[in-house]
Amino acid sequence: MQFGILLIVFLVLYFSVSHEEGNYFWRLPPILKAIPLILNEFIYKTVYSWFPIETWDPIFEMYETKSGFRIATQYLSQSLNIAITFIRELLLGGTKTIKLLISDSFVSSHGLHWFAIPWPAFVAATFFLGQQLGGFRLGLIGAIGTFYIAVFGQWVPSIETFSFVVITTPICFTIGLSLGIWGYLDKKIEIALQPILNVMQTMPQFAYLVPIIALFGLGDHAGSLATIVIATPPMIRNTILGLKKVAPEVVEAGIMSGCTKRQLLFKVLIPTARKDILNGVNTVIMQCLAMVVIASFVGAKGLGLDLKIALNSLKIGKAAEAGLCIVIIAVVLDRYTKAWANKANDYFADLNFYQRNRFWVLSIASLLIFSIIAYVGSTIFSKINYFYIIPIEKGVSIGPYIDHAVDWVWETFFYALNDFNKFFIGNILVPMKHFYLGMPVIATFVFAMGVGFIIGGWRIALIVCGLLLFIAFSEYWDRALITMYMATFAVIAASINGIIIGTIFSQTERGSTFTPIARDIFETFPSFVYLIQVIFLFNITDTSVLIAAVVYATVPATRYTVWGLKSVPLQLHEAGTMSGVSKFQRWSNIEIPLALPHMMLGVNQTLVFGMQLVILGALIGTEDLGQMIFSALSRPDGAGLALILGTFVSFITICVDVIIRKWAQDRKKALGID
Amino acid sequence: MTPVIDCTSVYKIFGNNASKLLQNSNGKVDAKTFQEAGCIVGVNNATFSVNKGEMLVVMGLSGSGKSTLLRCISRLTDATSGKILIDGEDICLMNNKQLIELRREKMGMVFQNFALLPHKTVIENIAFPLIIKGTTLDNSMHKAREMVELVGLKGRENYFPRELSGGQQQRVGIARSLAVEPDIWFLDEPFSALDPLIRKEMQDEFLRLQSVLNKTIMFVTHDFDEALRLADRIAIMKDGIIEQLDTPAKIVLNPATEYVKKFTQDVPREKVLRVNAIMDGPVQNAGSNSISSDALLESVAEKILNTQEILSVKDPKTNQVVGSINQSKVIKILFGAQ
Repeated sequence: MQFGILLIVFLVLYFSVSHEEGNYFWRLPPILKAIPLILNEFIYKTVYSWFPIETWDPIFEMYETKSGFRIATQYLSQSLNIAITFIRELLLGGTKTIKLLISDSFVSSHGLHWFAIPWPAFVAATFFLGQQLGGFRLGLIGAIGTFYIAVFGQWVPSIETFSFVVITTPICFTIGLSLGIWGYLDKKIEIALQPILNVMQTMPQFAYLVPIIALFGLGDHAGSLATIVIATPPMIRNTILGLKKVAPEVVEAGIMSGCTKRQLLFKVLIPTARKDILNGVNTVIMQCLAMVVIASFVGAKGLGLDLKIALNSLKIGKAAEAGLCIVIIAVVLDRYTKAWANKANDYFADLNFYQRNRFWVLSIASLLIFSIIAYVGSTIFSKINYFYIIPIEKGVSIGPYIDHAVDWVWETFFYALNDFNKFFIGNILVPMKHFYLGMPVIATFVFAMGVGFIIGGWRIALIVCGLLLFIAFSEYWDRALITMYMATFAVIAASINGIIIGTIFSQTERGSTFTPIARDIFETFPSFVYLIQVIFLFNITDTSVLIAAVVYATVPATRYTVWGLKSVPLQLHEAGTMSGVSKFQRWSNIEIPLALPHMMLGVNQTLVFGMQLVILGALIGTEDLGQMIFSALSRPDGAGLALILGTFVSFITICVDVIIRKWAQDRKKALGID
Repeated sequence: MTPVIDCTSVYKIFGNNASKLLQNSNGKVDAKTFQEAGCIVGVNNATFSVNKGEMLVVMGLSGSGKSTLLRCISRLTDATSGKILIDGEDICLMNNKQLIELRREKMGMVFQNFALLPHKTVIENIAFPLIIKGTTLDNSMHKAREMVELVGLKGRENYFPRELSGGQQQRVGIARSLAVEPDIWFLDEPFSALDPLIRKEMQDEFLRLQSVLNKTIMFVTHDFDEALRLADRIAIMKDGIIEQLDTPAKIVLNPATEYVKKFTQDVPREKVLRVNAIMDGPVQNAGSNSISSDALLESVAEKILNTQEILSVKDPKTNQVVGSINQSKVIKILFGAQ
C-alpha cells in the first residue's frame, strides 16, 4: 500500500538524480557550515572575556583581569574536587583535606595524617548494610564483591571510582528531583523539557567532553560534570513519571486534610512517589559507572583511568580486570539501591536503640576491631600493611589468564576470522555503504518524511524534515550517511539477536530473572575492552566496530523483547492454549504481534546503544561523524564542532525515536494494551 | 436556622469555553446542545440545602454528576457558576488560604478507594490532618489514638495500609476524616469498593457513629438501598439534574418522575416506611391497642393485618394519640398498584 508507493518513488529518485557537484537534489549546499565556528567563538568568548573581574593573584602578587565566568567555573571545579578528595581521604586516608582546614606546615611538621579505613572493616560494613536493606543474601553479595576487589589488588582505584560516584550521584539527584518537580507542577516546563532531555540523552557522550575541557579543564571535576550532564535526564524523567503515578484520590485526601501546596508536595506527593524516585537514583548510579572510562578521558582518576592506561599499552588482561571491578561495583550498587527502593518502611517506634541503629552500631564496632588488628598488623608487616590495602602488584590477578585466552582465540581462529572479515566487508558492508552514499539528498528526505507521514501525519514528517535539514545543510552530510549505514546495520543485527535471545530467555522462569544480571554486566562493562578484543581479531575496519556495536546493542534489544513478551495478557495465552496452538504458532500469532510495540520501543534504545559504539569506533579510525568528533579534540574550533556533530548524532537518533514511538503508541491503542 | 450547606443554582460544565456558553444559555442548559459545542454538563442547576445534624445522601448512577457535585461543594473542583454557602460564607469567593483554613477546621472527607498514604502507619495516617494543621506531635498522636478506638481498630495502630483489609482501610479513612472534629463530613462512595457483607457492617458502624457524633453529612452513593438505609433526605441525580430531593419515605410513596419510579418500584416498602408516613387522622372508635408512630412498618405489619379493628397511633415520646391505622391502608401501601 502506502509503503510500496513510497518505495517506488524512492527508487525512482535514487536512480534518476545525477551525481554532480552543484545539483541540489544530490547534495544540499553547506550553508550552515559556519555554525560550529560561531558556537566555538561563543564558548571561548564566554570563557575568556565575558564579565571581566579584577582578581588578586597571590602568586604573582598583582591584579589580574579574569572573566567572571572563568572564576565561577573555577570555583565549581574546586568545590567538586574538594568534595571528591574528601571522600577518598575519608576511606583511604590522606592529608589534603586536613591541609584545607589547618595550614600546610603545621600538618607536615606534626606528621598529621588521616588514617585509612582498613578494607576488612569496609567489607563488614557492606555486609551489614546489605543485610539491613535486603536480607542475608544481599549482604553476602555485597561482601563478596567488596572482598574480591580488595583481594585482587584493586582497592585504591575502586575507592577512587566509588568516591566519584558518591559525590556525583547526590548532585544529579538534587538537580534531577528539582527539575522533575518543577516539570510536574508546571505543564509548560514539562513540554519545554522534553526535547531538551531527548537531545541530552541521545548525544554521544564524547561530544560533551570537548566543551567541558574548554570550560573547566581536566580533572576529576570534569569527569563529574560530564557524568552529571548524562545522568540527570533519566532522574528528571523518573521523577515526573513517579509523581504522575500518584493516585488522584491520595492527592485529594491531602488537599482535604488542608495541606498547603508545599505540604502537599513534600508530605504527600514525593513520599508516595518514592519508589520511582529511588529507581531514578538507581539509574543515575548506573550511568555514573557506565561513564567511568569516558570520565577518565578528561582526567578522572580511578578504575577508568587504569583501564585506559592498560589499553594504551595493550595489556588486555589488566584492562579486563579493571572492567570487571567496575561491573562488580555496578552490580552491588544496583542491587542495594533497588532493595532500598523496594523496601517497605520498617516500623521503628517499638524497637530499642540497638535494633534501630543496628547498621551503624555494627559497622563502627567492626571498624574499631579491624583498626586495632591493622594497627597490630603494622608491627608485623614491615613494608606493606596488608590489613589496610593490598596493592595491585601483590593482589591475586586473573589478568594473565585473560591474556592467554585472547591469544588462544587469536591463534586458533585467525584465518577463519580473516576470511569471514573479507567476505563480510566485501559483500555486505561495502555495498551497503555505497548504497547509502549514493542516495541523493532528495531521495533520503522523501523516504524519511514519507515514513514519518504515513505513521504519524504531517507533524512527524515535519519534525523529521527539520532535524535532517540541519544536518544536510552542514558540511558533514556524507559522514552522517556513513554513521547512518553503520547504525542501520547494527540495529537490524542487534534486533534480530535480541528477538532470538529474548525469546529463549523468556521461555524459562530462570531466564527472565537472569536478564537483569546480564544487563548489569553488559551495560556497565566498558565497551572499550571488547572493542579492543574485536580489533585484534578483525583489524581496524568497520567490521570490528559493527561487531562491538551489535554485541553492545543486543542487550537492550533482548531486555525489551523479554519485557514485551511478558506483557502479553495472560488471558490471550489461555485463549491460545484452549485453541490448541503449537509453540511456534503461539510465538508467531500471539506473542510477537502483541509484544511488538514494546519491542519497537527497544529499537530506540538499541539505536542509542549502537550509536554509542559506532561513535566509539571512531577511536580506531572509521570515517564517520564519530571520527570527526574525536579529531575535534585537537582542532581550534574543536569545542563548537564537537557539540554540533554531537547534535547531528542526536538528531538522527531522535528522528528514528519519534517515528517509532508514534507507531508503538498507535499500535498499543489498536491492540488495546496498556 | 441557617442551613450549614446552602447551594443556589450550582452549575459545573467541563470544556474550554464553559463559562461563556453558560452565560449565553440564560439558565436553560441542555446537555445535547452543550455536547455539540464540545462541553460536558456535570452539574445542572443544583439548588438545595443541608441543615445541621442532617445527613443528605446524593444518589445516582455513573455519570449522574453526584461525585462532581460533592467536589464542587468541597471545592476540589471549581463550580462554573452558582453560590455555595457554608455556614453563611460563599466558598466560591474564598482564596486559597481561607479554603485551607476551612478544610483544616470544618471539613473531613472519606474517599472511595481509601486514599491512605502508603508510607505511613494507621496511626500516622489518622494523625496526618492534625499534623498538617500544626498540632504538636504528642497531641496529634493522643487524638489519633482516640480515633483508632472510635472506629474499632485498637491494636492495629502500627500497621501499614497494605497490611489491612479493605474494610479496615476504610475505617482508617473514616478515623482520619474525623480527627480534626469537623462540622461537615463528606463521604464519596465510601463503601462501594467493599464486599456486600462488609458493606452492611460498615453501614451499621456508620449509623452508630452518626448517632454519637451528629455531624452534618453529604454522602454520595450509587446504591439506592444504601441511600434508603442511611439518609435523612435523599437527592436523586440524573445527568446533572436533581430529580427529587425528599425524605426516603416520601420518595418511596410519591416518586416525582418516571426515573425515580424505576428505583422505588422494587423497594420493599415495609423496610423503609414508618407508621407516621402512612397513618390517617385520629378517629374516635379506635381499638384499645396502639401502634408507635415511628415504628418501621415491617415490625408492626403483622399486628395491624391480623385485626379488622382500626388501631390508634401514639407518639412514643408524648404518649398522645396522633393518628390511626387500619388493615386496608397497610395492604394498599404494601401491595397496591403503584
